[in-house]
Amino acid sequence: MVDSKQQWKAWLYLSPAIVLLLVFTVWPIINTVRISLLEGYNSMGASGGDVFNFGFQNFVDVVQYQRFLTCLQNTVLLCVLTVPLSTILALLIAVALNSIRPLQRTLQTIFFLPYVTNSIAIGMVFAAMFNIIGLRPAAGTMMADTWGIINNVITFFGGQPVNWINQGSDYWANMAVMVIYIVWNALPFKILILLGGLQSINKQYYDAARVDGTPRRRVLTKITVPLLSPMLAYVVITGFMGGFKEYSSIVGIFGEKMGPAGAHGSLNTMVGYIYDNIGNQEGRASAAALILFGIILVVTMINLQVSKKRVHY
Amino acid sequence: MKVVLQNLTKVFPSRNKKVNEEVVAVNDFTFTIPDGKLIGLLGPSGCGKSTTLYMISGLQKPTGGQIFFGDDDVTDLPTENRGVGLVFQNYALYPHMTVKQNILFPLQNLKGADKMSKDEMLERAYYAARLVQIEDLMDRKPGEMSGGQQQRVAIARALVKMPRVLLLDEPLSNLDARLRLQTREEIRRIQRETGITTIFVTHDQEEAMSISDMIVVMKLGVVQQIGAPQEVYDNPLNLFVAKFLGTPPINVFDGKVAGGKLYIGEEAVLDVAGVEDQEVFVGIRPEGFVLDDNGPMSCKLSSVEVMGRDVSIVSENAASANPVVRSIINADNKIDYSRENVQFSLKPHKVFLFNKETEERIYFEVK
Repeated sequence: MVDSKQQWKAWLYLSPAIVLLLVFTVWPIINTVRISLLEGYNSMGASGGDVFNFGFQNFVDVVQYQRFLTCLQNTVLLCVLTVPLSTILALLIAVALNSIRPLQRTLQTIFFLPYVTNSIAIGMVFAAMFNIIGLRPAAGTMMADTWGIINNVITFFGGQPVNWINQGSDYWANMAVMVIYIVWNALPFKILILLGGLQSINKQYYDAARVDGTPRRRVLTKITVPLLSPMLAYVVITGFMGGFKEYSSIVGIFGEKMGPAGAHGSLNTMVGYIYDNIGNQEGRASAAALILFGIILVVTMINLQVSKKRVHY
Repeated sequence: MKVVLQNLTKVFPSRNKKVNEEVVAVNDFTFTIPDGKLIGLLGPSGCGKSTTLYMISGLQKPTGGQIFFGDDDVTDLPTENRGVGLVFQNYALYPHMTVKQNILFPLQNLKGADKMSKDEMLERAYYAARLVQIEDLMDRKPGEMSGGQQQRVAIARALVKMPRVLLLDEPLSNLDARLRLQTREEIRRIQRETGITTIFVTHDQEEAMSISDMIVVMKLGVVQQIGAPQEVYDNPLNLFVAKFLGTPPINVFDGKVAGGKLYIGEEAVLDVAGVEDQEVFVGIRPEGFVLDDNGPMSCKLSSVEVMGRDVSIVSENAASANPVVRSIINADNKIDYSRENVQFSLKPHKVFLFNKETEERIYFEVK
């Protein structure tokens, strides 16, 4: 325990962090709760001196708004599709990386590149890759002149080009692009964590497994995965948290209209919905933020419950 | 299953490509381990004993030479096909599995004709557990057990698939003194009961001597001496072996042979017929001293340690290679602690002479 005479010093040293946290974290949280409970709150009206009733109407509005369900569906779908996929891929890549000697460092760097690149910029590159450029009318229909690299590859192998993200594209084609992009973007962090975990596993377990003639798959499922389970749990839980906050990746590919031309908003997410309401309907935005918080809280608790039985610390 | 090692050699290449620093961990090791015996590979750290064990297990590939199990050449056989059980120094029990799952694990790997039913596996697992007396711990995890219990589980896991050869790497080094004594008896018992040829590695000579049928003393990759423990103790081939075996360790003196007599300092302490005049190292086992007021060897008395059955006399001698000379005398001898000097006579068969250059044994006739 710090000497009571010295305590003011401790507080002094802590004060910069505490002040920043109070101003930029604690107060906004309190304010969000307050605003969400002021019915129909908007900043314009508030600065004009409007008085708002206290109540839950904002929450009702959010839930009843038809686009909200689209946003929720997109968010959940992206989470459920990308988190398991990226975790399994990251595990396999990490195991492979860990088992090779030459080029390990080089490959590690390559796999880590997406992490240090701006996600909007990468999103635009992905958009170009999946693009169809230049539609022109021909023989009573619309012909595409040039395709992005993905469609070029598909046609090279004799396939039909797919309208991934342009006007008139299918929802599931859009989803596929999003899943590929998000998984690719999520890999580096997961690989890094899992590789670190793998390197801290005692090599003797693998020697013991070898002496007993354990097949490779069994080594992976019965030894590596359980011993890696704390890292896997961490990666999955943070993956879900990040997944529920998915926003910038969609902006990167589809722009801030959150959908292909002609279907704006079709790929909107919870965070996108919150952004949409900032500036005119802060009450709703705050309510939506709290709902998102509630969802993440529940999912994380489920995650922790599930991992309790399966994670071996 | 007898194990034959033929010119077994292991060279670790140098890490630095510019400088040639390759390490010969095991050098030209030839030895036949008889079937059903308990063999101790003994030596200080870095002597190549563990490397030898890992080559027998197949986890390391020899640079040269061959390994046979019985008449099968297993030199190029991958470890999983050799039928060895290996107990690691830190046991390497899978921490996320219970004892039962750990012991069952090797059996679940069996394929083809060796594949067993669940009941057979359980039966075998419980048999192995009973052998090492852990059948009431089957549902514990390794983290919930003491070092000694973990050690038993590791042995059970190695035994459960009925290996042709059982290998133990420093099996007792992680146990406290009391458990070590108990566990080494256990290893001896289990080995006797199963009759499996067992090779274990240790740096503790007492441990090796107490339970092995045969010991192999190694130094810097080279085998120094192979034999029954008592035989090696009583008849060391060189100074290293003499110094390595025995607690308390052997006393070494600078000596000189002249005219058939052995001199330590100025004193002629023993008749050594048949040895040419030369400078020698003299090794005298602590139990080789006899308290004798008319004895030829005198030492300055430092202290007397009473150990009940025996008395340990700590003294000093100018010619001693160690700071003190330690001798063990029967407690029936009455010692006057206040004396300044003690006189000893020597038991000839506890005195060994070694060449000053080669440190090889020089034999003399005991009269």
